[in-house]
Amino acid sequence: MERSLTHVALFAALVAVLGLVPQISLAAGVPITAQSLGIMLCGTVLGARRGALAVLLFLALVAAGLPLLSGGRGGIGVFAGPSVGFLIGFPLAAFTAGWIVERTTLAPGLAAGAAAIIGGIGVLYAFGIPGMALVLQKSLGEASFIAMAFLPGDVLKAVLAGFVTQAIARMRPGALLSRA
Amino acid sequence: MLTLTSPVETPLHRLPAAAKLAALAVFTVVLFRLSSPAGLALALAVVVALHLPWGARFAAHAGRMMRPLWPFVAVVALWHLWVSDPRGGAVVVLRMAAAVAAANLVTMTTRLSDMLAVFEWLATPLARLIPPRRLALAFALMIRFIPQLSDRLRQIADAFRARSPRRPGWRVLVPATLAALDDADHAAEALRARGGTE
Repeated sequence: MERSLTHVALFAALVAVLGLVPQISLAAGVPITAQSLGIMLCGTVLGARRGALAVLLFLALVAAGLPLLSGGRGGIGVFAGPSVGFLIGFPLAAFTAGWIVERTTLAPGLAAGAAAIIGGIGVLYAFGIPGMALVLQKSLGEASFIAMAFLPGDVLKAVLAGFVTQAIARMRPGALLSRA
Repeated sequence: MLTLTSPVETPLHRLPAAAKLAALAVFTVVLFRLSSPAGLALALAVVVALHLPWGARFAAHAGRMMRPLWPFVAVVALWHLWVSDPRGGAVVVLRMAAAVAAANLVTMTTRLSDMLAVFEWLATPLARLIPPRRLALAFALMIRFIPQLSDRLRQIADAFRARSPRRPGWRVLVPATLAALDDADHAAEALRARGGTE
């Protein structure tokens, strides 16, 4: 009981810390941070329910006024901006990724990598792109064009999520709550 | 840790947080009902006017919080000039700026603890799913884990640099996560030793 609480709080903090890691700019000048890697890990390590709870906890503290979103953003204002769709997609992305790891019998690393791509990219973009289209009053095609700039970085992060989950499965099997 | 609440005390700080959030919700709904550039410009002017009486430092802080929005404003403005629809562009930009600025104003004038208290109150109908004490503990634990985790990440990155001329990059991620998981286990044991979370 206590363990589930501390792990949810820990992964919420992990999402925050990965967003504070200095961002690297890709060639096109698109800033990428490891924040979405944190979202993927919440799902693949904690599983569907706890992963989504960890992301919701993180979003609650962002809304309450901690500057924890990548680039030092925070407050209620971020929920009125163009990235609102991605913020709504975050917990659902973690839930989906966790659900997939829980339901498959593939090796943990492989399952986590696939789950991170389906949840952390597929589901996340399915909410993020319409959200951006709505706030900026653009068509879905135009909004996806902007979002595609983040795709290479996110694929890389999904692969990393697979590696990290694999390492946890090997070295702390008890901590992999999604397969517990 | 630094919060986004403004250190400049304003009369707005003394209003109850729930009232400010309710007013923000109403304001945002009104913004999405307005569709004329003039009406939206007026709404934005009202928000800006609410910032001005509290001095330059407060206004500068608000300006910094709006910075992430500028690239989007620039993209939308250029696009609408390109398709020669300046009116449509003005509506999108003004509405987005007013909505974000108003929400930022609430954040800047509300202490973190007051905001969390409102969240805990809003979560009371879910008490069976999320017991209020566990929720409060989760907020506190997460806030405490953030500096703990960044220190851990820094230590491991320093140790890596001492051993290798390469940049640590993603290689520190696994050891940092494992160390953090052990810390979380210790915290769980400590909680259980003190009577658990119920």
